[in-house]
Amino acid sequence: MTATLPAAGRSPVRRLAGLLHRRRRLRLSLLLTAPLLWLAVLYLGSLGVLFVSAFWTTNSFTSEVVKVWSTDNFHALLTTPVFRQVILRSIGVALAVTVLCAVIAFPLAFYTARVARPRWRPLLVVAILTPLWASYLVKVYAWRLILSQGGLADWMLRPFGLDGPGFGLPAAVITLTYLWLPYMILPIHTALQQMPTGLLDASADLGARPGRTFRSVVLPMVLPSVAAGSVFTFSLSLGDYITVQIVGGKTQLIGNLVYSNIELNLPMAAALGTVPVLVIVLYLLAMRRTGALSSL
Amino acid sequence: MEGSAIRLQGLRKEFAGTTAVAGVDLEISDGEFFSMLGPSGSGKTTVLRMIAGFESPTSGTIELGGQDVTGLAPFERDVHTVFQDYALFPHMTVEQNVAYGLKVRKVPKAERIARAREALAGVRLEAFGNRRPAQLSGGQRQRVALARALVGRPRLLLLDEPLGALDLKLREQMQVELKALQREVGITFVFVTHDQEEALTMSDRIAVFNQGGIEQVGTPAEIYERPATAFVASFVGTSNLLQGPAAERVVGTAGTYSIRPEKIRVLKESATSDEPEHSTATGTVAEVVYLGDATRFLVDLDAGGRLTALQQNLETSSEDVAAYRGTRVRLQWHRRHAVQVPDTR
Repeated sequence: MTATLPAAGRSPVRRLAGLLHRRRRLRLSLLLTAPLLWLAVLYLGSLGVLFVSAFWTTNSFTSEVVKVWSTDNFHALLTTPVFRQVILRSIGVALAVTVLCAVIAFPLAFYTARVARPRWRPLLVVAILTPLWASYLVKVYAWRLILSQGGLADWMLRPFGLDGPGFGLPAAVITLTYLWLPYMILPIHTALQQMPTGLLDASADLGARPGRTFRSVVLPMVLPSVAAGSVFTFSLSLGDYITVQIVGGKTQLIGNLVYSNIELNLPMAAALGTVPVLVIVLYLLAMRRTGALSSL
Repeated sequence: MEGSAIRLQGLRKEFAGTTAVAGVDLEISDGEFFSMLGPSGSGKTTVLRMIAGFESPTSGTIELGGQDVTGLAPFERDVHTVFQDYALFPHMTVEQNVAYGLKVRKVPKAERIARAREALAGVRLEAFGNRRPAQLSGGQRQRVALARALVGRPRLLLLDEPLGALDLKLREQMQVELKALQREVGITFVFVTHDQEEALTMSDRIAVFNQGGIEQVGTPAEIYERPATAFVASFVGTSNLLQGPAAERVVGTAGTYSIRPEKIRVLKESATSDEPEHSTATGTVAEVVYLGDATRFLVDLDAGGRLTALQQNLETSSEDVAAYRGTRVRLQWHRRHAVQVPDTR
């Protein structure tokens, strides 16, 4: 034994493996250096540059960036009515999309997780995920076709004496709701599926009718997952600008303002860009209180 | 025997082509501690779930307190259940869990808090009302589940292997507490278990389940001393059957006989008995198991077959025990302890 062991350890590869096995910190740092550099330099770094450049200004004739420290951009954000309107509208759209997603996702998830036959459930989950495999642009243009004048929406609503919503803010909300719905269904589905059947039995056993069981047991237990899903739907909606361009008519959201300012006034675009970041940080802090982040 | 708490008639349950419960007739009296004992898959839990209303029977009727409840939902029955995994609501505190049934029944807040606290005090958990179930130990959760089921003062309490998840010491302690509690509140308990010792120590009467049917209903002593079938004889207590030609040679008549191990005395082969009421058989000790308080002898009989005999360790110690292996012995028991059961096969 004693004679063979050192011999086996002498090969360089084995010695390195042994070293890595003993030195936990060395192993971790070798594994994590590259991804951490990526995160720190490229991601947080660019966020930092964004934030710093928001305090610069531009020469109004040449559109060249002047690196002079000033808070003019943020002052403009808060005082210019258009900016304030667009910021509030963007947050409103994100909230509306989130609420719509939650309302639609809950019954769907309830069906896929608890009502459907167990052997159909994986298939249904795949069906929910399938739209995510299609290109974002294809889906948005599909909605443009549906919502266009004389399109599917108009055609379906005409028998009821109604018109489709056309292009505009409602169309943007509908399309965004469609786009982000799977991100809401999945966490709710998982929560409902993991909820022990025994709890529903216990509630009924103690005299609760189904409605009561739903309100007092199912809903409170699934709420953290709804909050988790809402983190996706809210932040994805807040950052979107292409959907609005395609189906939103003349509607502008923060993303559109950022986009249109990039050429002319980069520092202003940067200042606008920090708004969703800030809003999402606040949203995450609010959601953390519900315990949503631990169920992501 | 007062009124009947439960009457089951011709109860059957089939799941996708397999029969879980194959025609059960049973009557349980008010205030009784009744156990349903059987191996897993014997249908005892399904019967319990049908009494609670979680499953509806394929055919047959369920009466609770003289009222037919076969078609009623669980929330329409005056029955509460203690679940095997306790099924405590994780998002509620212990007190909210206990008060839930009262809240659902619209008991005023002050009263339901008072009653929940009283119920928690009854299981010695008054100090834990503000904790979450996840912060309790298994035994404490078990007692919360018990308090939650009892606080609504049901006529009938169903317990689905409530002690299964506890370790041995705690289980024995809870057995005593449960029995005392049942005597105190005077509610009918229907207790499902696969642990024959648990059923024997706690119950007024036991139903032994096998393959979806009831093999025998009786008091613990009846079940243990006079098993009605070979299954009961072997499931309750140690399997100790004398059958076929061996039975004919030893007992004198053909048939299958069950003899409890502690009724058999292990003697020297040369020992003789002139007691006409005794049966004896000679054999070789195949295996000796030292159990601490007793020693188990597995003896291959000369007449064929093998019997287990249990001897209290009055003088024997673990050192002596091994020396018995391979020695010749004579087994002796009183004739009335060889209970004839219907032949298997």
